[in-house]
Amino acid sequence: MADASGIVAVQGNRRTVSRYGLRFVALGYLLVLLAAPVAMVFYRSFQHGVGPIWRSLTSAEARSAIEVTLIVAISAVVLNTIFGVGAALLLVRRRFPGRHLLDVLVDIPQAVSPIVVGLALILVYGKFGFFGSWIERNGLKIIFSLPGMVLATAFVSLPLVVRSVAPVLAEIGDEQEQAARTLGANRWQTFRRITFPSIRDALAYGVVLSLARSLGEYGAVTVVSGHVVGKTMTLTLFIDERLQNFDQTAAYSAAVLLAIIAMGSLLISRRIRTRSRSSS
Amino acid sequence: MSIVVRNVTKTFAQFEALHDVSVEIPTGSLTALLGPSGSGKSTLLRVIAGLDTADSGSVYIEDRDATLLPPQRRQVGFVFQHYAPFKHMTVYDNIAFGLTVRKAGKIETKTRVNELLELVHLEKFQGRYPAQLSGGQRQRMALARALAVEPRVLLLDEPFGALDAQVRKELRAWLRRLHDDMHVTTVIVTHDQEEAMEVADEIVVLQDGRVQQVGHPHDVYEHPANDWVMSFLGPVTHFGELMVRPHDLDLAHEPSDGALRATVVRVTRLGFETRVDVDANGVPIYAQLAREATARLNLEPGTVVYVRHARGEPVSVAAAVGASWRPETESDDPPFE
Repeated sequence: MADASGIVAVQGNRRTVSRYGLRFVALGYLLVLLAAPVAMVFYRSFQHGVGPIWRSLTSAEARSAIEVTLIVAISAVVLNTIFGVGAALLLVRRRFPGRHLLDVLVDIPQAVSPIVVGLALILVYGKFGFFGSWIERNGLKIIFSLPGMVLATAFVSLPLVVRSVAPVLAEIGDEQEQAARTLGANRWQTFRRITFPSIRDALAYGVVLSLARSLGEYGAVTVVSGHVVGKTMTLTLFIDERLQNFDQTAAYSAAVLLAIIAMGSLLISRRIRTRSRSSS
Repeated sequence: MSIVVRNVTKTFAQFEALHDVSVEIPTGSLTALLGPSGSGKSTLLRVIAGLDTADSGSVYIEDRDATLLPPQRRQVGFVFQHYAPFKHMTVYDNIAFGLTVRKAGKIETKTRVNELLELVHLEKFQGRYPAQLSGGQRQRMALARALAVEPRVLLLDEPFGALDAQVRKELRAWLRRLHDDMHVTTVIVTHDQEEAMEVADEIVVLQDGRVQQVGHPHDVYEHPANDWVMSFLGPVTHFGELMVRPHDLDLAHEPSDGALRATVVRVTRLGFETRVDVDANGVPIYAQLAREATARLNLEPGTVVYVRHARGEPVSVAAAVGASWRPETESDDPPFE
């Protein structure tokens, strides 16, 4: 009896140890990887109060960087929203030759390194590129200018809207759309009144994810932007450039700004998810 | 003729859903497309509605060639098997949908929707969402929604398939009454021969994408075109070389002309009827008798009886198929790839 209870006690202890051990590892991992660096960024930025931050974020270069970031990110998100909904509809609702190819292609941006994307864009649209020479002769500059940055950003965030919307489209099926058609609705009315309300939450989620991804994009943009200060410098490029010039305050301030926007979008996406889950 | 289908063929990948089908549906009638799973009945309905397009052949609705018209221009009302309610809209908005997309006036829409709500007894539920309704209520909402646009024809795909037996019976009778009041040409798809017999003026029997027989329910039952139709429409058993209905068989203790000698194997009481399984020289036969007849004969396993066909005319010559083939009861989904 005594032996048996001893074994039980030892097993109980082991269980407690393993439970706490697991928590320790999980939390420690997050601390080392996530919490500590983010906290340090905040700490370093606010080390000398809000004044220096405000000054470095309102400088002409910083303001231009914020503006460029917003233009690039919003353009990319708009492009991807239109493309994403269209591609999701094609993938889920239509059967056509090449559908599987499209399905695979949509995921490529997630697998390919953003730097490769940037280089590829230069090869196609650059001065000596495939289309580039023709485009430049017609007075449009893509590489080392905003259009190229929008393309690069759109490319890397391309799958996010498609992959948020497609599963929902598949789940709701097409019977409601067919019913709308028999009731006299044309394609556009069917989309606006039936399909869109059903995918609205998923689409919002995809848009927020794309926005977060676009705001933080560095790799692809750095290749095609040309780093023209005050012109083609996004916030991420601005941070990098300030760091190179040992202007830590400006770098950290911009980093904090990006981090806050990212966390904000994360919170919004969480809310959208819980809302759509509770309503369905 | 309200709907004319001429030589329609439809193939999904390798599967031929409809093979050279021609059907005419009279104005104001209630017609049932009856057949087992995969017989093509739902596909035929969808081709009429324009939700599927025929590979060849043509469809006329009210004398107008509708073969190439998109569904929204065919003026058909379609009720889906699972009702396809617009989940994000209230009952009122669901029913009003067809009028809203046609840009009907506010007052007109309101009057019409209220009429329909009353017709399908959903006045009290107009503010609810489909998720808050029972199956039968959803079904009625779908019907009202289809009727709102005053369709030339009303098409119903297995309308009672997803309901439990009780509600199903009620709605069936209600639909028949509704049709008698409104006289809108109605086509209903079903795999249930009893349902088809009960509600329809005319039955189109389909099998393997082909029309097997068209006729009044009574004619189709009494004079089936072939063995397959006979066995699909009701129970059958073999009597010598013949295929007959088990309730057309009589049992007696004394031999008579044309009677087969047999031994009772089993007696099963099914409410007002009794099923008697007998063995006639190694061939199983079963007869369905009224309660009094069973009582009079005092049957037990081992009793020797004489089986006689009660009606003068044999119904159909037996094929070499199993004696008591029963229709399947699943839904009829066309095999999409």
